[in-house]
Amino acid sequence: MSAPLRAVLWRILQTVPVVFGVVVISFVLTRALPGDPAVYFAGAMADAQSIEEVRVALGLDQPLWRQFFLYVGDLLQGDLGNSISTGQPVLTDLAMRLPASLELTLTALLLACAIAIPLGVLAAVRQGSWVDHLCRVLVTAGVSLPTFFTGILLIYVFYYLLGIAPSPLGRLDFIYFEPPRVTGFYLIDSLIDGDPETFFAALRQLILPATTLALFTLAPIARMTRASMLTALSSDYIRTARAAGLSGAMVLFGYAFRNALLPVVTTLGMVFSFVLGANVLVEKVFAWPGIGSYAVEALVVSDYAAIQGFVLAMALLFVFLNLVIDLSYTLIDPRIRFAAK
Amino acid sequence: MMLSIKDLAVGFRTRRGEVQAVRGISLELAKGETLGIVGESGSGKSVTSFALMRILDAGGSITAGEVTYSGIDLRRASERDLRTIRGREISMIFQNPRAALNPIRKVGHQIEDVLRQHARATRGNAREKAIQALRDVRINDPEARYYAYPFELSGGMCQRIVIALALACDPRLLIADEPTTGLDITTQKAVMDLSQELIRERGMASILITHDLGLAAQYCDRLAVMKDGEIVETGPAEAVFANPQHDYTRRLVEATPRPDASVRSLLPADRRPPELEYTPSDQPLLEVRDLRKTFAGKAGPVHAVKGISFTVNQGQSVGLVGESGCGKSTTSSMLVRLLDPTEGQILYQGNDLAQIPAEQFGKHPLRGDIQLVFQDATDSLNPRHNAGDCIAEPLRRLAGLRGKALRERVEELAELTGLPANLLSRFPHQLSGGQKARVGIARAIALDPKFLILDEPTAALDVSIQAVILNLLADLRARLGMSYLFVSHDLNVVRLLCDEVIVMQDGAIVEAGPAAQVMTAPAHPYTRALLSAAPRPPERVLETEPLAEVQSAL
Repeated sequence: MSAPLRAVLWRILQTVPVVFGVVVISFVLTRALPGDPAVYFAGAMADAQSIEEVRVALGLDQPLWRQFFLYVGDLLQGDLGNSISTGQPVLTDLAMRLPASLELTLTALLLACAIAIPLGVLAAVRQGSWVDHLCRVLVTAGVSLPTFFTGILLIYVFYYLLGIAPSPLGRLDFIYFEPPRVTGFYLIDSLIDGDPETFFAALRQLILPATTLALFTLAPIARMTRASMLTALSSDYIRTARAAGLSGAMVLFGYAFRNALLPVVTTLGMVFSFVLGANVLVEKVFAWPGIGSYAVEALVVSDYAAIQGFVLAMALLFVFLNLVIDLSYTLIDPRIRFAAK
Repeated sequence: MMLSIKDLAVGFRTRRGEVQAVRGISLELAKGETLGIVGESGSGKSVTSFALMRILDAGGSITAGEVTYSGIDLRRASERDLRTIRGREISMIFQNPRAALNPIRKVGHQIEDVLRQHARATRGNAREKAIQALRDVRINDPEARYYAYPFELSGGMCQRIVIALALACDPRLLIADEPTTGLDITTQKAVMDLSQELIRERGMASILITHDLGLAAQYCDRLAVMKDGEIVETGPAEAVFANPQHDYTRRLVEATPRPDASVRSLLPADRRPPELEYTPSDQPLLEVRDLRKTFAGKAGPVHAVKGISFTVNQGQSVGLVGESGCGKSTTSSMLVRLLDPTEGQILYQGNDLAQIPAEQFGKHPLRGDIQLVFQDATDSLNPRHNAGDCIAEPLRRLAGLRGKALRERVEELAELTGLPANLLSRFPHQLSGGQKARVGIARAIALDPKFLILDEPTAALDVSIQAVILNLLADLRARLGMSYLFVSHDLNVVRLLCDEVIVMQDGAIVEAGPAAQVMTAPAHPYTRALLSAAPRPPERVLETEPLAEVQSAL
């Protein structure tokens, strides 16, 4: 047990330089952005002196290296600074908004997997059948339709025409109260609170944006599942298994699917990281108070602390995600376990 | 009859219409009998076995004929019935054992899967029975091996596992499809002897499918020779081998390397040009002195080559023989300067090539002098380059030829290696194995090398193609005066071309000397083991055609 544990610890240790690099780069990049926050926050009527006062108040009069050390020092104490546009600590802002994005992304991914993986497996098993063609159509549609378009289309059909979806304005209709905060995920928090009404209200709000995102993420997952299943099914060990008289289900799931899973997990990781950063469009369309729209707003006003906080949070999330993916590799494939020792 | 196949035909649907892989073959197999199906690639021998197990690849189907096993019509049996027959009545073992096992499942669990499927074991005793199955195939420490993954085991060990898997449910018929291709010769013998013993012990019938006529003749009672989806000859193994009736069988028998053959005698009797004059000089071309290679391994350094010394004279052919892992490939990589030795000298015409780092040797003027013919003709050709481009590559890079001169040289090389000029515009996947081997040879001799390393150049080829390529190599040596280092695991092949033989084991030379002497009076026990592991087909009637007649026929 100690060898795998050591491998995991080593893997975590390897992320330290990555995180440090992200801190440096995000700091330098935000300073390199055009625009002067002091000018912006001093207001339109400000004169040179009041701009200078704002600059001192924000600590921007210090030399760059000094600013960096102050920033890292704060960071080590868990202080991400205050956002100058919302006036709140960045940590509070992120804690509010990150769960919203995560809830949306995770639901979308679960939905995408639930459809894409069985679809890909079926398409591979019945190559050339209608399932295969359906898979191809969905994949093509998924990649070629931009999310803001599918989002608006879904709103038009289900909210405007049919009227079965709630108004696309955030995570919860205004007649409901936010559930008491435990995880920040409304679906989970409302269940913990024992409030099914809020749960369903949150779910109704979630369905359209999650479907929009799922349609987009479904394509690469389905395609990879189909391709890796085809490879697995044509391999020698499947022939051995069939020649030994193993049942169809055993051959398909016990032998072929587990072998096909590795590339699918890789794709899943890539899709997840990509979507988490790129779902700004969906958040905008559905007025979702997520981290993507927060970052864009911060970027527009050169809100250094907020941008740095966002980049850092994303980096940590990716590092964590990669760790989870690497660990799931070792669970699936013993050959990797061997190499890691 | 236990198994009877009548007029079986198998077709595959492809983009270019239906292809007939098996065209109406009939076979019978009695209880306890061992039948060998022999043929070259594309003869339909494997397809026949897949068809009777009904595990054909997508697109393949039985188009005509009957397959009856103990009164059961296998062609019309339902998938559910077949599942109880597969593994319990008829089992198969396959070529490339490592790929034939699920790479991410413990071998013990794979055996359990089969036992549980056929209700030979319960959840409670499956482990015990799986270990017993491993013990039956003479695996040391079966309790520990039970938890191994295929990648942790050697090729021979994997094949034992595959055999254990196939025999776990006591089937009555075992079909072995090229069970030893890709295994070392001593492993081949061990695996074949083991399966023969188990088959006899349990009174099973078996079918051995192989391209190796010698192997089939040694282990089978009866042989069926297949060509282009048809059976051309059947009969008792000794009779077929000793006195082949059909032309094709005769060609196969002749092309099989054996101790008494010369390189020309592998060719069909009516196609044997006279052997070309060939005289090696006693001037040394390449001297290897105390060559060592140590790799940094996970568990300490690995000594791949432990200080070997030998000499190759000008125009001489030296065979380097040994089993996988003996260091022969590492040695050839160092000699061809793709790998830096840890220690030692490689004196080529007095220059120590070991002093020139491998990365810089590509630009060295001697690069053209030392060339390599790769083992896998397919993988060593760029799939996006046509045959002509492949041959032209070294001429363009190292000789600086362009335009007309380049084209003429490529055509000249194609002619020299017997590659029809109209194939030069084809891509590797459009060429046959023999044609790809010719492209690889033409590319290697493009720069008129003086020293050519042949790394198992015929290992992946059918015997009849191997015969042609070996003759081509013999002719090229006589015409161009090259020295060869012929790396191979097959002593019978090495002996055909080489004057001297070096036998390697565990990174060291255990025996070296004139080929005839090493082959007939081996001094080292390892050489003797290698020689005795080679399949020993029954004695055959030697051809007594007078030489004059052969020559006049040309």
